[in-house]
Amino acid sequence: MSVPQDWTPPTAGVQESRPSREHVVAGLKATDEGDPELVQLLTPEGERVSDPRFDSYATDLDADALRDLYRDLVLVRRFDREGNALQRQGQLGIWVPLLGQEAAQIGAGRALQPQDMAFPSYREHGVAWARGIDPTELLGIFRGTDHGSWDPKETRFHLYTIVIGNQVLNAAGYAMGQKFEGKVGDGPDSEATICFFGDGATSQGDVHEGFVWAAVYDAPVVFYCQNNQWAISEPTERQSRIPLYKRATGYGFPGIRVDGNDVLACLAVTRWALEECRSGNGPVLIEAFTYRMDAHTTSDDPSRYRLADELELWKLKDPIERVRVNLVREHHVGQEFFDEVQAESDELAARFREFCVNMPQPAPDRMFSQVYAEPSPVLEAQRAAYLDYHASFEGV
Amino acid sequence: MAQTTLAKALNNGLRAAMERDPKVIVMGEDVGKLGGVYRVTDGLQKDFGEQRVLDTPLAESGIIGTAIGLAIRGFRPVCEIQFDGFVFPGFDQIVSQLAKLHYRSQGKITVPVVVRIPFGGGIGAVEHHSESPESYFAHAAGLKVVACSNPADAYWMIQQAIACDDPVIFFEPKRRYWEKGEVDPDAEPPPLFASRVVRQGSRLTVATYGPMLKTCLAAATAAEADGHDLEVIDLRTLSPLDLDPVLESVRRTGHLVLVSEAPSESSITSEIAARVQQEAFYSLEAPVLRVTGFDAPYPPSKCEEDYLPDLDRVLDAVDRSLDW
Repeated sequence: MSVPQDWTPPTAGVQESRPSREHVVAGLKATDEGDPELVQLLTPEGERVSDPRFDSYATDLDADALRDLYRDLVLVRRFDREGNALQRQGQLGIWVPLLGQEAAQIGAGRALQPQDMAFPSYREHGVAWARGIDPTELLGIFRGTDHGSWDPKETRFHLYTIVIGNQVLNAAGYAMGQKFEGKVGDGPDSEATICFFGDGATSQGDVHEGFVWAAVYDAPVVFYCQNNQWAISEPTERQSRIPLYKRATGYGFPGIRVDGNDVLACLAVTRWALEECRSGNGPVLIEAFTYRMDAHTTSDDPSRYRLADELELWKLKDPIERVRVNLVREHHVGQEFFDEVQAESDELAARFREFCVNMPQPAPDRMFSQVYAEPSPVLEAQRAAYLDYHASFEGV
Repeated sequence: MAQTTLAKALNNGLRAAMERDPKVIVMGEDVGKLGGVYRVTDGLQKDFGEQRVLDTPLAESGIIGTAIGLAIRGFRPVCEIQFDGFVFPGFDQIVSQLAKLHYRSQGKITVPVVVRIPFGGGIGAVEHHSESPESYFAHAAGLKVVACSNPADAYWMIQQAIACDDPVIFFEPKRRYWEKGEVDPDAEPPPLFASRVVRQGSRLTVATYGPMLKTCLAAATAAEADGHDLEVIDLRTLSPLDLDPVLESVRRTGHLVLVSEAPSESSITSEIAARVQQEAFYSLEAPVLRVTGFDAPYPPSKCEEDYLPDLDRVLDAVDRSLDW
């Protein structure tokens, strides 16, 4: 076989196309306001702006809707801060703060229909709130009394998944099931699944496989990546050379980047994505571009790996403040409303705290409970022996 | 009654389960058009369609992970892992999610997934195609682990595993796929999680499972010529272990030989040895002896006859126990 005369080794071109580190970081962090690649409906300054692609998914978001969203954001932030405080006071073993990601989670959570299913990672307290799960139900995981107490079937909110990326495959499978059951289409009972994960998870094989499965089975699943810039201490450039939403192209489905601190944009884009999925055009990848304002968990110390300047920059893009400013400037909402929400949030925090400190110690029997649907005689024998042993100390 | 191969018995069992319950789906690499590399799923896609027999992308974590999601949705997926040595990419999903979801949710979620794994050696295969990884799964709380050894058990056990609300890791003795036996579809099958005495004897107890059952039965026949009457037990369930028949037998014979292809260290056989000495200490007239693969990686296939327990090694252990 002869080699064509004009053939040249492709390596030279490949070498040239490799981006510099600066190029990579610039792409990963392209957050300039007005960037055509970043969907935004509410600027950090609180100005409502238009995006012709998504305006139609936000037409109902009037002053009342905006008040409701503001209330969501404030209440979620309030109990999140209380969770941090409870850990500092020794009432929780750990807390996983969502500070800064309220809009990304409330926007996505409020886009869901009751029949949709959500698969969270472990930071999705705001989505849990939007699914109607009382914040006190999150406490057991972090106090160590359970691994998640809500009913995933009833709430359509799966249990928190702690192994990074596992839930992406579970969500893809669930969405395949929705499709197999004929729940995809234009009917009123059509369904979609949404799956939450972070920028760090995008390096996991399970996320890749989840994208592949969803793509080849046309599964109605929205992959919702909250890019909060940090996977504990590792920045996004340790996970990717290209912006995360662009990875979707390689799998053959749309990817879109939304301002994750803009609750209206997150809501509108997620509504669109869920609709695409319900009508059979799934999957879709959303990269909600946001920032982890607090530590990875209460056990983490971000001062070891990131600069305070970065935090100050992101404070200017706060997801709640922009809604407040908009309510005041464009809808003339008075201080009374904000005071009401503040009072409600304080009540929630007090109830959250009260519940936490009064949570009962689980009995030793708990650790043997529900390991199997059909009990194992071997484990039952261990249970009986240990409970006898335990009882032998009574009265001693 | 017609003789059926073990592979065909599994195929018939899968078919019966799929006919009985529309939520049963089969998924794996090459299970559809090809019918599986061992033809265990032959013809199922043709009859049940591509939505119930899924030729999946080629990634084991993906197979298990999506099966879990389907199970949460209400399906009963039966996953095929093509070969024993390929299960490990799916190991994380199996031990982190599949095994724990019922516990984590305190029973609010059931994940009735069956993971079928052809296991064991003796077929002259390349690396990663002849392993016996059952102990890894028996060690994981939340899973149930079984191994079939003959066509009749294969037919019933696969259906019982699918009907079970717990995740079941289902080991199939690949070198026995073509062995024939009678399968009576009208019979009343024994429970899934029960071991069974398949040959009664009084002198020494041999307990085994999967591909080694045939080897042990042959050893029992050979021992008979020497005047040794061996009792042979097919364990069938590896987690939970059903040791009552073993203990009952050992209390009569005083001798126990355990046979498995898997390496011996921290294995099913070490667990049984520990439990038998605890439960039947004063009945034992000799230590529990084990005939197993070695604590080396599975060897190149030209060496596998030395690696795998065979009739002579079983008889040698029988003699050592009786001469103790």
